[in-house]
Amino acid sequence: MTIDTIFALSSGQLPAAIGVMRISGPQAGLALERLAGRLPSPRRAGVAALRHPDHGEVLDRTLVLWLPGPHNATGEDCAELHLHGGRAVAAAVEEALLALGLRRAEPGEFTRRAFANGRIDLAEAEGLADLLEAETELQRRSAQAMAGGALSRAVESWLQTLLGLSARLEASLDFADEGDVDDGEATLPVGFGEACTRLVDDLGEWLSRPRAEPLREGYRVVLAGPPNAGKSTLFNALVESEAAIISAEPGTTRDVLVQGVALAGVPFSFVDTAGLREEGVGAVEAIGIARARAEAERADLVLWLGPEGEGPQGPHVWEIAAQCDREDQAAKIAPMFRVSARTGEGLGTLREALVERARSAMPAPGQAALNRRQHDLLDQAQAALRSACLERDPLLAAECLRLARQAFDALTGRADTEAMLDALFGRFCIGK
Amino acid sequence: MQQFDVIVVGGGHAGVEAAAVAARMGARIALVSFDPAMIGAMSCNPAIGGLGKGHLVREVDAFDGIMARAADAGAIHYRMLNRSKGSAVQGPRIQADRRRFRAAVQAAIAAQDGLTVIGGEVVALQMEGGRAAGVELANGTCLGASAVVLCTGTFLGGRLYRGEERMEGGRIGEAAAHRLAQQLRDAALPMARLKTGTPPRLDGRTIDWGRLPEQPSDPEPWTMSPLGKGRVLPQVFCGIARTNQRTHEIIRGGLDRSPLFTGAIEAQGPRYCPSIEDKIHRFGDRDGHQIFLEPEGLDDHTVYPNGVSTSLPTDVQIAMMRSVEGLEQVEVTVPGYAVEYDHIDPRALRSSLEVKAIPGLFFAGQLNGTTGYEEAAAQGLVAGLHAAGQVLGREIPLLDRANSYMAVMIDDLTLHGVSEPYRMLTARAEYRLRLRANNAGSRLTPLALAAGCVGPERREWFARREAERARIDEALTQTATPNELTQAGMAVRADGARRSLGEWLRFPEVTLAGLSPWLGEGAIDPLLAEEMEEDAAYAPYLARQEAELRDLRASELVALGDDFPFADVPGLSREMVERLAQARPETLAAAGRVPGITPAALASLLVHARRRAA
Repeated sequence: MTIDTIFALSSGQLPAAIGVMRISGPQAGLALERLAGRLPSPRRAGVAALRHPDHGEVLDRTLVLWLPGPHNATGEDCAELHLHGGRAVAAAVEEALLALGLRRAEPGEFTRRAFANGRIDLAEAEGLADLLEAETELQRRSAQAMAGGALSRAVESWLQTLLGLSARLEASLDFADEGDVDDGEATLPVGFGEACTRLVDDLGEWLSRPRAEPLREGYRVVLAGPPNAGKSTLFNALVESEAAIISAEPGTTRDVLVQGVALAGVPFSFVDTAGLREEGVGAVEAIGIARARAEAERADLVLWLGPEGEGPQGPHVWEIAAQCDREDQAAKIAPMFRVSARTGEGLGTLREALVERARSAMPAPGQAALNRRQHDLLDQAQAALRSACLERDPLLAAECLRLARQAFDALTGRADTEAMLDALFGRFCIGK
Repeated sequence: MQQFDVIVVGGGHAGVEAAAVAARMGARIALVSFDPAMIGAMSCNPAIGGLGKGHLVREVDAFDGIMARAADAGAIHYRMLNRSKGSAVQGPRIQADRRRFRAAVQAAIAAQDGLTVIGGEVVALQMEGGRAAGVELANGTCLGASAVVLCTGTFLGGRLYRGEERMEGGRIGEAAAHRLAQQLRDAALPMARLKTGTPPRLDGRTIDWGRLPEQPSDPEPWTMSPLGKGRVLPQVFCGIARTNQRTHEIIRGGLDRSPLFTGAIEAQGPRYCPSIEDKIHRFGDRDGHQIFLEPEGLDDHTVYPNGVSTSLPTDVQIAMMRSVEGLEQVEVTVPGYAVEYDHIDPRALRSSLEVKAIPGLFFAGQLNGTTGYEEAAAQGLVAGLHAAGQVLGREIPLLDRANSYMAVMIDDLTLHGVSEPYRMLTARAEYRLRLRANNAGSRLTPLALAAGCVGPERREWFARREAERARIDEALTQTATPNELTQAGMAVRADGARRSLGEWLRFPEVTLAGLSPWLGEGAIDPLLAEEMEEDAAYAPYLARQEAELRDLRASELVALGDDFPFADVPGLSREMVERLAQARPETLAAAGRVPGITPAALASLLVHARRRAA
């Protein structure tokens, strides 16, 4: 049997200065080579542009490490990518790793592998146990806090439906010879497909809802435009601090700068990017510019301060006429907003619009939202149920339902076969 | 004092398989029974196999056990349940002539080298330094051994109920083993009570068969064991009768005299084999329940009415049976009864079925809270394997949930305990697509060979079969185009892709028989062909389970040990500690199957386990 190659963001919550993506498993070297274009010398830091394996787009330019096993943290081949610490960058790299056939690590899985390969000593083990304890406690608390248990209630009701469907199938499989159950026909129970489809739709309704991450990490607004377009000034006005360096010399902001603030109680992450300029830049600044592009592409919202119509396009881009107090600026013909960070003109209107926009993209107050783990598991359950709808062999449909039950189990804790049998015996009079 | 390697107490289906497998492995065995003439008796229904149960029979057979071949020798009716569904849920079931089945079992026991049958009642266990060291018989004789396997069925503290009547005993007309029951209770083993029941027996000559639908024996020539000799006895048919509203009124009228409803029986009975009074009580809206009329033998007029287990008073039973169409004149030869008996909480057992608190003592069968001949036989086989393995110093290959129903059952028992008599169901097996009744030999005979419990006949059969499989596998590496297949009579979609024959086998239009032009001369064993075709058809589903299985098997290797201090593991809630302490899982994988244990908790357990091991 082959061992999966896993990855996870191993540093803290993003945004942060850097985000360390750890990869472990037999495919680690291959994955690194596919992303970075080459395999660096073992155990030596190298710089590489990470490209998406499918379309070659640059995801980030970062420090990479190649740590072949067995003399490393997990005892398997490992790689580390020290990404720029934006949420979008990490998400893009994760997406690329998934595309390469790797999977996200389960909680504690790196530790498990480290132990399995004898790489962790006693002292470390002690400390890790404490960490894991904190994890469980946190999970419990956050689960409880979640909108008064709305998800738990929803999952509970889906699970009951699913157990009922399983019970009907299993009754026809395990008790086919008994009078009370549909007899030995190789068909699915009446209405099975419809009931499955309804469940798929119910799950879909939750899956399409805004996710929990923006709520936790802030609605991401990127200020973009050529050098000296006034991005940093507007950034500071919006975050109401002197977080960004402001200077009249073009190209002062060489890196992205992220600041989290709450406007009218809504969490935001404002991102100030290096000016988008092609020529005459130093190497460091070039990296900043590449990242600015990446940021702009993956932001929840882009405020474009550059020449009208020359910025990125789409509903997530707002044309802003910044520095509207300056006579020397070419006026935009149809900007969505005119602001002057210097005089404060238009700032209030922009703030209100931002708050309204962000609210619509976030879970409503009192509405439960899924985090990524929950989203992934529900997604798995939905996929399994979708296959169940298509199966005509009751045995294989039952296998699909088992996979769906397993995903729910991972979401709520185990509701084993016994729960399904309870449903079965409650409904059918079984037994000779 | 006579000395043996292993003493097996009880000659039911568990005891027979335990004694026989241990003897096949080369140990010296004593099989002690109240009454050697009753060895191999079918105490309840005259059938072997069924859904889930048929899988167990085939698995015991894959270890060269006795049950399947005895069933073929005694079978008077064959029926493959779920024939129209996938073979993973097909259940081979036979009805046996009781007398001939028993005779076949006794013949197999008599023919087994190293196995001595001793008649007598075991009244006490003998202990030596905390280990089981032998047994004491009622006549004062003592037998010594390095391991003892108890397979006493319902005889421990057995008590029969019928209406207002009460009788002591494990089966009608046979004594119960009370002294032994007391000794086990005194040893502070966690014991509890369960209940089961049996229907009245009817005189077949008083049944109006002509008015009842018939269920004939299957025409297809399958057998319970691949080594079975085909249909050796004449085949009979069963009748199907049905209760009606009047039957139900009679039953309702007698409920106040049923020990189930007067509170005389407190123990829990099985949900899947409820008494007829339970069915009427719980599902009052049904207008009738089926009764299968199963003949008990070729030269025995007794008929077993499957579906009307009861402990109502005799007069109510007679009235109830005579209210059914076709049974108006029926004579009840032995009225039904309920039996309440002692069982051990199986969480006190290891997965080898050894009692954790008493090394050298193994429990198998109904004593562990199960029901059914097949469940008993499978446990007897596992207990016998491990008892002999312990004495002979031989490693027993690992059974797990992905390779056998036997392991599913024992895992369920030893981790979850029982709240009702445990019966095998295919729904209990997560990996049932790979655990089919028809591939039991492929799954388990290699393990049986490693354990050294396979006789020459099966060894040769298996070697021949594996050679044939290898030959076909090799031939299936050839490639073909859709065109070539269509020319051979298999109308596959013409997508132009050249595939290996192994891949083509996945398509519903393609069969091994159809591929014969590529496979060379010689007819393929149809059972092997069926198995290989199904392996191909299920391949995508099996591949999807691989990741699951990998995790399972990796964590099966992490042993937790008997005295694992769950309470000391940081990060476990008090509830988790309680559940783990009760189930005492042997491995990390088993801990993961204890209800309510989260992945994070497992990671914590792993850390702690490694730390202790270091």
